[in-house]
Amino acid sequence: MSEKGHHPAPPSPVEQRVAALEALLTERGLVPEGFIEEITRQYESEIGPLNGAKVVARAWVDPGYKERLLADGTAAIAELGFGGAEGDHMVVVENTPAVHNVIVCTLCSCYPWPVLGLPPSWYKDPPYRARMVREPRALLAEMGCPLPGDVEIRVWDSSAEVRYLVLPQRPPGTGEMTEADLAGLVTRDSMIGVARL
Amino acid sequence: MDGIHDLGGMQGFGAVDHSPAEPAFSDRWQATARALMEAVAGAVDASGGEFRHSIERMDPGHYLTSSYYEHWLTGAATLAVEHGLVTHAELEARAGGRFPLSGPVLAPRVADAGPDVGEPRFGAGDRVRVRDWHPPGHTRCPGYVRGKTGTVVRLDGNYSVPDVEAHGTARRYEPTYSVRFDAADLWQDGQHGVSVHVDLWDSYLEPA
Repeated sequence: MSEKGHHPAPPSPVEQRVAALEALLTERGLVPEGFIEEITRQYESEIGPLNGAKVVARAWVDPGYKERLLADGTAAIAELGFGGAEGDHMVVVENTPAVHNVIVCTLCSCYPWPVLGLPPSWYKDPPYRARMVREPRALLAEMGCPLPGDVEIRVWDSSAEVRYLVLPQRPPGTGEMTEADLAGLVTRDSMIGVARL
Repeated sequence: MDGIHDLGGMQGFGAVDHSPAEPAFSDRWQATARALMEAVAGAVDASGGEFRHSIERMDPGHYLTSSYYEHWLTGAATLAVEHGLVTHAELEARAGGRFPLSGPVLAPRVADAGPDVGEPRFGAGDRVRVRDWHPPGHTRCPGYVRGKTGTVVRLDGNYSVPDVEAHGTARRYEPTYSVRFDAADLWQDGQHGVSVHVDLWDSYLEPA
Protein backbone atom coordinates (compact mmCIF):
# COMPACT_ATOMS: atom_id res chain seq x y z
CA MET A 1 0.00 0.00 0.00
CA SER A 2 2.74 2.46 0.92
CA GLU A 3 4.61 1.94 -2.35
CA LYS A 4 1.82 3.75 -4.19
CA GLY A 5 3.22 6.93 -2.73
CA HIS A 6 -0.04 8.63 -1.78
CA HIS A 7 -0.42 6.92 1.57
CA PRO A 8 1.38 9.24 3.96
CA ALA A 9 1.14 7.07 7.08
CA PRO A 10 3.27 3.92 7.25
CA PRO A 11 1.18 0.72 7.05
CA SER A 12 -0.27 -0.38 10.37
CA PRO A 13 0.61 -3.82 11.77
CA VAL A 14 -2.67 -5.26 10.54
CA GLU A 15 -2.11 -3.81 7.07
CA GLN A 16 1.34 -5.40 7.04
CA ARG A 17 -0.17 -8.75 7.97
CA VAL A 18 -2.84 -8.48 5.27
CA ALA A 19 -0.15 -7.61 2.72
CA ALA A 20 1.98 -10.56 3.86
CA LEU A 21 -0.83 -13.09 3.47
CA GLU A 22 -1.89 -11.55 0.15
CA ALA A 23 1.65 -11.75 -1.24
CA LEU A 24 2.25 -15.35 -0.17
CA LEU A 25 -1.11 -16.57 -1.47
CA THR A 26 -0.70 -14.66 -4.74
CA GLU A 27 2.76 -16.17 -5.31
CA ARG A 28 1.19 -19.60 -4.91
CA GLY A 29 -1.47 -18.83 -7.47
CA LEU A 30 -4.31 -18.84 -4.95
CA VAL A 31 -5.56 -15.30 -5.56
CA PRO A 32 -6.77 -14.97 -9.16
CA GLU A 33 -6.13 -11.73 -11.02
CA GLY A 34 -8.78 -9.18 -10.09
CA PHE A 35 -10.30 -11.38 -7.37
CA ILE A 36 -9.99 -8.83 -4.56
CA GLU A 37 -11.32 -6.02 -6.74
CA GLU A 38 -14.31 -8.13 -7.78
CA ILE A 39 -15.21 -9.05 -4.19
CA THR A 40 -14.93 -5.40 -3.18
CA ARG A 41 -17.08 -4.24 -6.08
CA GLN A 42 -19.84 -6.76 -5.29
CA TYR A 43 -20.18 -5.72 -1.68
CA GLU A 44 -19.83 -2.01 -2.34
CA SER A 45 -22.20 -1.68 -5.25
CA GLU A 46 -24.55 -4.64 -5.71
CA ILE A 47 -26.02 -5.25 -2.28
CA GLY A 48 -27.25 -2.95 0.42
CA PRO A 49 -30.26 -1.85 2.44
CA LEU A 50 -31.91 -0.24 -0.59
CA ASN A 51 -32.88 -3.75 -1.68
CA GLY A 52 -34.58 -4.46 1.63
CA ALA A 53 -36.35 -1.10 1.49
CA LYS A 54 -37.92 -2.07 -1.84
CA VAL A 55 -39.18 -5.31 -0.31
CA VAL A 56 -40.72 -3.45 2.62
CA ALA A 57 -42.35 -0.79 0.44
CA ARG A 58 -43.86 -3.45 -1.82
CA ALA A 59 -45.30 -5.23 1.23
CA TRP A 60 -46.82 -1.95 2.43
CA VAL A 61 -48.67 -1.28 -0.83
CA ASP A 62 -49.51 -4.83 -1.95
CA PRO A 63 -51.37 -7.00 0.59
CA GLY A 64 -50.95 -10.12 -1.57
CA TYR A 65 -47.19 -9.58 -1.69
CA LYS A 66 -47.07 -9.05 2.06
CA GLU A 67 -48.91 -12.32 2.60
CA ARG A 68 -46.42 -14.17 0.37
CA LEU A 69 -43.48 -12.41 2.07
CA LEU A 70 -44.53 -13.53 5.53
CA ALA A 71 -45.33 -17.06 4.32
CA ASP A 72 -42.12 -17.63 2.30
CA GLY A 73 -39.64 -14.80 2.60
CA THR A 74 -37.05 -16.30 0.26
CA ALA A 75 -39.49 -16.72 -2.62
CA ALA A 76 -41.16 -13.33 -2.19
CA ILE A 77 -37.81 -11.52 -2.00
CA ALA A 78 -36.71 -13.38 -5.14
CA GLU A 79 -39.77 -11.92 -6.93
CA LEU A 80 -38.00 -8.55 -6.70
CA GLY A 81 -34.76 -10.06 -7.98
CA PHE A 82 -32.87 -10.36 -4.69
CA GLY A 83 -31.26 -13.51 -3.33
CA GLY A 84 -28.01 -15.37 -2.98
CA ALA A 85 -25.46 -16.02 -0.26
CA GLU A 86 -26.76 -15.40 3.26
CA GLY A 87 -30.24 -14.95 1.83
CA ASP A 88 -31.13 -18.49 0.80
CA HIS A 89 -33.42 -19.09 3.77
CA MET A 90 -35.20 -15.86 4.62
CA VAL A 91 -37.80 -15.41 7.33
CA VAL A 92 -39.55 -12.04 7.53
CA VAL A 93 -40.95 -11.04 10.93
CA GLU A 94 -43.65 -8.37 11.08
CA ASN A 95 -43.80 -5.50 13.52
CA THR A 96 -47.29 -4.54 14.71
CA PRO A 97 -48.56 -2.09 17.33
CA ALA A 98 -48.32 -4.94 19.86
CA VAL A 99 -45.14 -6.76 18.74
CA HIS A 100 -41.62 -5.50 18.00
CA ASN A 101 -38.98 -7.75 16.42
CA VAL A 102 -35.21 -7.32 16.45
CA ILE A 103 -32.42 -9.46 14.96
CA VAL A 104 -28.98 -10.33 16.29
CA CYS A 105 -26.26 -12.95 15.84
CA THR A 106 -24.68 -13.68 19.22
CA LEU A 107 -22.13 -16.18 17.86
CA CYS A 108 -20.73 -14.24 14.91
CA SER A 109 -22.28 -11.82 12.42
CA CYS A 110 -25.05 -13.60 10.46
CA TYR A 111 -27.07 -11.03 8.52
CA PRO A 112 -29.25 -11.06 5.38
CA TRP A 113 -26.72 -9.78 2.83
CA PRO A 114 -28.94 -9.69 -0.29
CA VAL A 115 -31.46 -7.34 1.32
CA LEU A 116 -29.39 -5.39 3.85
CA GLY A 117 -25.80 -5.58 2.55
CA LEU A 118 -22.91 -6.27 4.89
CA PRO A 119 -23.63 -5.76 8.60
CA PRO A 120 -22.55 -2.52 10.26
CA SER A 121 -19.64 -2.63 12.71
CA TRP A 122 -21.80 -2.25 15.81
CA TYR A 123 -23.89 -5.30 14.82
CA LYS A 124 -20.69 -7.39 14.79
CA ASP A 125 -19.12 -5.96 17.94
CA PRO A 126 -19.45 -7.52 21.41
CA PRO A 127 -21.78 -5.01 23.15
CA TYR A 128 -24.70 -5.53 20.74
CA ARG A 129 -24.25 -9.32 20.53
CA ALA A 130 -23.95 -9.68 24.30
CA ARG A 131 -26.75 -7.36 25.34
CA MET A 132 -29.56 -7.73 22.80
CA VAL A 133 -30.55 -11.19 24.05
CA ARG A 134 -30.23 -10.23 27.70
CA GLU A 135 -31.75 -6.77 28.05
CA PRO A 136 -33.37 -5.88 24.72
CA ARG A 137 -35.84 -3.37 26.14
CA ALA A 138 -33.09 -1.39 27.85
CA LEU A 139 -30.72 -1.64 24.90
CA LEU A 140 -33.36 -0.56 22.37
CA ALA A 141 -34.19 2.47 24.50
CA GLU A 142 -30.50 3.28 24.76
CA MET A 143 -30.19 3.07 20.96
CA GLY A 144 -33.03 5.54 20.49
CA CYS A 145 -35.91 3.09 20.18
CA PRO A 146 -37.89 3.21 23.43
CA LEU A 147 -40.92 0.92 23.42
CA PRO A 148 -44.05 1.15 25.56
CA GLY A 149 -44.03 -1.43 28.33
CA ASP A 150 -46.98 -3.30 26.84
CA VAL A 151 -45.24 -3.89 23.49
CA GLU A 152 -43.96 -7.46 23.29
CA ILE A 153 -40.34 -7.80 22.15
CA ARG A 154 -39.22 -10.78 20.09
CA VAL A 155 -35.46 -11.19 19.64
CA TRP A 156 -34.26 -13.48 16.84
CA ASP A 157 -30.75 -14.94 17.25
CA SER A 158 -29.55 -16.04 13.78
CA SER A 159 -27.77 -19.15 15.04
CA ALA A 160 -28.49 -21.60 12.18
CA GLU A 161 -29.29 -21.21 8.47
CA VAL A 162 -32.23 -18.77 8.53
CA ARG A 163 -31.55 -15.07 8.06
CA TYR A 164 -34.15 -12.61 9.29
CA LEU A 165 -35.59 -9.35 8.01
CA VAL A 166 -37.88 -7.17 10.11
CA LEU A 167 -40.93 -5.75 8.32
CA PRO A 168 -41.40 -2.38 10.03
CA GLN A 169 -44.80 -0.76 10.48
CA ARG A 170 -45.80 1.70 7.80
CA PRO A 171 -45.57 5.22 9.23
CA PRO A 172 -48.88 7.06 9.67
CA GLY A 173 -49.74 9.78 7.15
CA THR A 174 -48.11 8.06 4.19
CA GLY A 175 -51.30 6.93 2.43
CA GLU A 176 -50.71 9.09 -0.66
CA MET A 177 -47.07 8.18 -1.17
CA THR A 178 -45.85 6.11 -4.10
CA GLU A 179 -44.07 2.80 -3.58
CA ALA A 180 -40.76 4.38 -4.61
CA ASP A 181 -41.18 7.25 -2.16
CA LEU A 182 -42.16 4.83 0.59
CA ALA A 183 -38.95 2.86 -0.02
CA GLY A 184 -37.08 6.07 0.68
CA LEU A 185 -38.51 6.12 4.21
CA VAL A 186 -37.24 2.64 5.11
CA THR A 187 -33.98 2.66 7.05
CA ARG A 188 -31.49 -0.13 7.56
CA ASP A 189 -32.03 0.13 11.32
CA SER A 190 -35.79 -0.33 10.99
CA MET A 191 -35.19 -3.62 9.13
CA ILE A 192 -32.78 -4.83 11.84
CA GLY A 193 -35.34 -3.78 14.43
CA VAL A 194 -33.32 -1.18 16.35
CA ALA A 195 -35.52 1.67 15.12
CA ARG A 196 -39.19 2.35 14.39
CA LEU A 197 -40.31 4.56 11.55
CA MET B 1 -15.93 -24.71 22.49
CA ASP B 2 -16.76 -22.29 25.25
CA GLY B 3 -14.95 -19.52 23.39
CA ILE B 4 -14.95 -15.75 23.56
CA HIS B 5 -17.17 -15.57 20.47
CA ASP B 6 -20.14 -16.97 22.43
CA LEU B 7 -21.15 -13.55 23.69
CA GLY B 8 -24.90 -13.80 24.27
CA GLY B 9 -25.77 -12.52 27.74
CA MET B 10 -22.25 -11.50 28.81
CA GLN B 11 -22.18 -8.35 30.92
CA GLY B 12 -19.88 -5.39 31.28
CA PHE B 13 -19.52 -4.31 27.65
CA GLY B 14 -21.15 -0.89 27.90
CA ALA B 15 -22.81 1.10 25.15
CA VAL B 16 -23.28 0.04 21.53
CA ASP B 17 -21.22 2.32 19.29
CA HIS B 18 -24.09 2.87 16.89
CA SER B 19 -23.82 4.69 13.58
CA PRO B 20 -26.78 5.08 11.21
CA ALA B 21 -24.74 4.34 8.07
CA GLU B 22 -21.23 3.31 7.16
CA PRO B 23 -19.40 2.15 4.01
CA ALA B 24 -19.06 -1.57 3.31
CA PHE B 25 -15.32 -1.23 3.91
CA SER B 26 -13.90 1.75 5.73
CA ASP B 27 -10.36 0.86 4.69
CA ARG B 28 -8.88 -1.00 1.75
CA TRP B 29 -7.21 -3.70 3.89
CA GLN B 30 -10.63 -4.81 5.19
CA ALA B 31 -11.84 -5.70 1.71
CA THR B 32 -8.56 -7.48 1.05
CA ALA B 33 -8.85 -9.47 4.29
CA ARG B 34 -12.37 -10.51 3.34
CA ALA B 35 -11.29 -11.57 -0.14
CA LEU B 36 -8.29 -13.50 1.24
CA MET B 37 -10.57 -15.49 3.53
CA GLU B 38 -12.73 -16.36 0.57
CA ALA B 39 -9.61 -17.36 -1.41
CA VAL B 40 -8.29 -19.56 1.42
CA ALA B 41 -11.68 -21.14 2.15
CA GLY B 42 -12.02 -21.95 -1.54
CA ALA B 43 -8.49 -23.36 -1.81
CA VAL B 44 -8.89 -25.71 1.19
CA ASP B 45 -12.61 -26.39 0.62
CA ALA B 46 -13.46 -25.16 4.13
CA SER B 47 -17.04 -25.61 5.30
CA GLY B 48 -18.90 -22.76 6.95
CA GLY B 49 -18.27 -24.47 10.27
CA GLU B 50 -14.52 -24.73 9.72
CA PHE B 51 -14.40 -21.07 8.65
CA ARG B 52 -16.26 -19.87 11.75
CA HIS B 53 -14.24 -22.11 14.05
CA SER B 54 -10.98 -20.63 12.74
CA ILE B 55 -12.12 -17.30 14.23
CA GLU B 56 -13.68 -18.75 17.40
CA ARG B 57 -10.27 -20.19 18.34
CA MET B 58 -8.65 -16.74 18.52
CA ASP B 59 -7.00 -15.75 21.77
CA PRO B 60 -9.82 -14.09 23.77
CA GLY B 61 -7.83 -10.94 24.42
CA HIS B 62 -6.97 -10.57 20.75
CA TYR B 63 -10.59 -11.24 19.74
CA LEU B 64 -11.97 -8.52 21.99
CA THR B 65 -9.39 -5.91 21.05
CA SER B 66 -9.35 -6.40 17.29
CA SER B 67 -11.79 -5.39 14.61
CA TYR B 68 -14.08 -7.68 12.67
CA TYR B 69 -11.89 -7.94 9.61
CA GLU B 70 -8.83 -8.60 11.74
CA HIS B 71 -10.81 -11.64 12.90
CA TRP B 72 -11.21 -12.69 9.26
CA LEU B 73 -7.52 -12.12 8.56
CA THR B 74 -6.51 -14.19 11.59
CA GLY B 75 -8.89 -16.99 10.66
CA ALA B 76 -7.74 -16.99 7.03
CA ALA B 77 -4.07 -17.10 8.00
CA THR B 78 -4.75 -19.85 10.55
CA LEU B 79 -6.51 -22.02 7.96
CA ALA B 80 -3.77 -21.32 5.43
CA VAL B 81 -1.12 -22.54 7.89
CA GLU B 82 -3.14 -25.53 9.10
CA HIS B 83 -3.71 -26.69 5.52
CA GLY B 84 -0.09 -26.19 4.50
CA LEU B 85 -0.58 -23.30 2.08
CA VAL B 86 1.91 -21.12 3.98
CA THR B 87 3.95 -21.39 7.17
CA HIS B 88 3.70 -19.22 10.25
CA ALA B 89 7.38 -18.32 9.85
CA GLU B 90 6.79 -17.12 6.29
CA LEU B 91 3.90 -14.94 7.44
CA GLU B 92 5.94 -13.32 10.20
CA ALA B 93 8.93 -12.78 7.93
CA ARG B 94 6.79 -11.06 5.29
CA ALA B 95 4.85 -9.02 7.84
CA GLY B 96 8.08 -7.92 9.50
CA GLY B 97 6.73 -8.75 12.93
CA ARG B 98 4.39 -10.86 14.97
CA PHE B 99 1.48 -12.51 13.14
CA PRO B 100 -0.86 -13.95 15.80
CA LEU B 101 -2.84 -17.01 14.74
CA SER B 102 -5.79 -18.74 16.36
CA GLY B 103 -5.26 -21.50 18.91
CA PRO B 104 -5.34 -25.22 18.11
CA VAL B 105 -8.48 -27.23 17.44
CA LEU B 106 -9.45 -28.87 20.73
CA ALA B 107 -11.88 -31.45 19.33
CA PRO B 108 -10.91 -34.67 17.55
CA ARG B 109 -11.53 -35.00 13.84
CA VAL B 110 -14.96 -36.49 13.16
CA ALA B 111 -14.42 -39.79 11.35
CA ASP B 112 -17.96 -41.12 11.60
CA ALA B 113 -20.74 -38.55 11.49
CA GLY B 114 -23.45 -41.06 12.28
CA PRO B 115 -26.71 -41.39 10.40
CA ASP B 116 -28.68 -38.40 9.12
CA VAL B 117 -31.87 -37.53 10.98
CA GLY B 118 -34.56 -37.34 8.33
CA GLU B 119 -37.80 -36.74 10.13
CA PRO B 120 -38.14 -33.96 12.70
CA ARG B 121 -38.51 -35.28 16.24
CA PHE B 122 -40.43 -32.18 17.28
CA GLY B 123 -43.29 -30.11 15.94
CA ALA B 124 -44.42 -26.53 16.42
CA GLY B 125 -45.69 -26.09 19.96
CA ASP B 126 -43.57 -28.86 21.47
CA ARG B 127 -41.62 -28.08 24.59
CA VAL B 128 -37.91 -28.88 24.28
CA ARG B 129 -34.88 -28.63 26.53
CA VAL B 130 -31.45 -27.74 25.15
CA ARG B 131 -28.76 -30.25 26.06
CA ASP B 132 -26.55 -28.99 28.85
CA TRP B 133 -23.17 -29.91 27.43
CA HIS B 134 -19.82 -28.39 26.58
CA PRO B 135 -18.52 -29.67 23.24
CA PRO B 136 -14.81 -28.88 22.78
CA GLY B 137 -15.20 -28.16 19.07
CA HIS B 138 -17.39 -25.93 16.94
CA THR B 139 -21.08 -25.67 17.74
CA ARG B 140 -23.92 -23.31 16.86
CA CYS B 141 -25.64 -23.91 20.18
CA PRO B 142 -25.15 -20.71 22.19
CA GLY B 143 -24.13 -21.22 25.81
CA TYR B 144 -26.93 -19.06 27.16
CA VAL B 145 -29.66 -21.53 26.17
CA ARG B 146 -27.99 -24.76 27.30
CA GLY B 147 -30.11 -26.55 29.87
CA LYS B 148 -33.00 -24.13 29.21
CA THR B 149 -36.52 -25.09 28.18
CA GLY B 150 -38.36 -23.46 25.31
CA THR B 151 -41.07 -23.99 22.71
CA VAL B 152 -40.61 -24.92 19.06
CA VAL B 153 -42.16 -22.19 16.90
CA ARG B 154 -40.95 -23.11 13.41
CA LEU B 155 -39.37 -25.98 11.46
CA ASP B 156 -36.78 -24.84 8.92
CA GLY B 157 -35.69 -27.98 7.07
CA ASN B 158 -32.62 -30.19 7.25
CA TYR B 159 -29.07 -28.85 7.16
CA SER B 160 -25.50 -30.01 7.69
CA VAL B 161 -24.62 -30.09 11.40
CA PRO B 162 -21.89 -27.49 12.02
CA ASP B 163 -20.40 -29.49 14.90
CA VAL B 164 -19.61 -32.25 12.39
CA GLU B 165 -18.63 -30.30 9.29
CA ALA B 166 -16.12 -28.12 11.15
CA HIS B 167 -13.98 -31.15 11.97
CA GLY B 168 -13.35 -33.07 8.79
CA THR B 169 -15.04 -34.10 5.60
CA ALA B 170 -17.86 -36.12 7.19
CA ARG B 171 -21.34 -34.60 7.13
CA ARG B 172 -24.59 -35.27 9.00
CA TYR B 173 -27.91 -33.64 8.14
CA GLU B 174 -30.58 -32.93 10.72
CA PRO B 175 -33.75 -30.87 11.04
CA THR B 176 -33.42 -27.38 12.46
CA TYR B 177 -35.97 -25.56 14.59
CA SER B 178 -36.59 -22.06 15.83
CA VAL B 179 -37.13 -22.32 19.59
CA ARG B 180 -38.69 -19.55 21.66
CA PHE B 181 -37.41 -18.92 25.19
CA ASP B 182 -39.03 -16.53 27.63
CA ALA B 183 -36.36 -14.04 28.65
CA ALA B 184 -37.39 -14.48 32.27
CA ASP B 185 -36.54 -18.21 32.00
CA LEU B 186 -33.11 -17.44 30.55
CA TRP B 187 -32.02 -14.75 32.95
CA GLN B 188 -34.24 -15.13 36.08
CA ASP B 189 -34.60 -11.37 36.17
CA GLY B 190 -38.36 -10.96 35.88
CA GLN B 191 -38.39 -9.48 32.38
CA HIS B 192 -41.91 -9.17 31.08
CA GLY B 193 -43.07 -9.57 27.50
CA VAL B 194 -39.68 -10.48 26.05
CA SER B 195 -38.81 -13.67 24.20
CA VAL B 196 -35.58 -14.77 22.55
CA HIS B 197 -35.71 -17.15 19.59
CA VAL B 198 -32.71 -19.36 18.84
CA ASP B 199 -32.34 -21.61 15.78
CA LEU B 200 -31.09 -25.05 16.80
CA TRP B 201 -30.21 -28.40 15.23
CA ASP B 202 -32.11 -31.53 16.27
CA SER B 203 -29.24 -33.10 18.22
CA TYR B 204 -28.96 -30.01 20.44
CA LEU B 205 -32.43 -30.74 21.84
CA GLU B 206 -34.21 -33.26 24.02
CA PRO B 207 -37.91 -33.56 24.90
CA ALA B 208 -38.89 -31.47 27.89
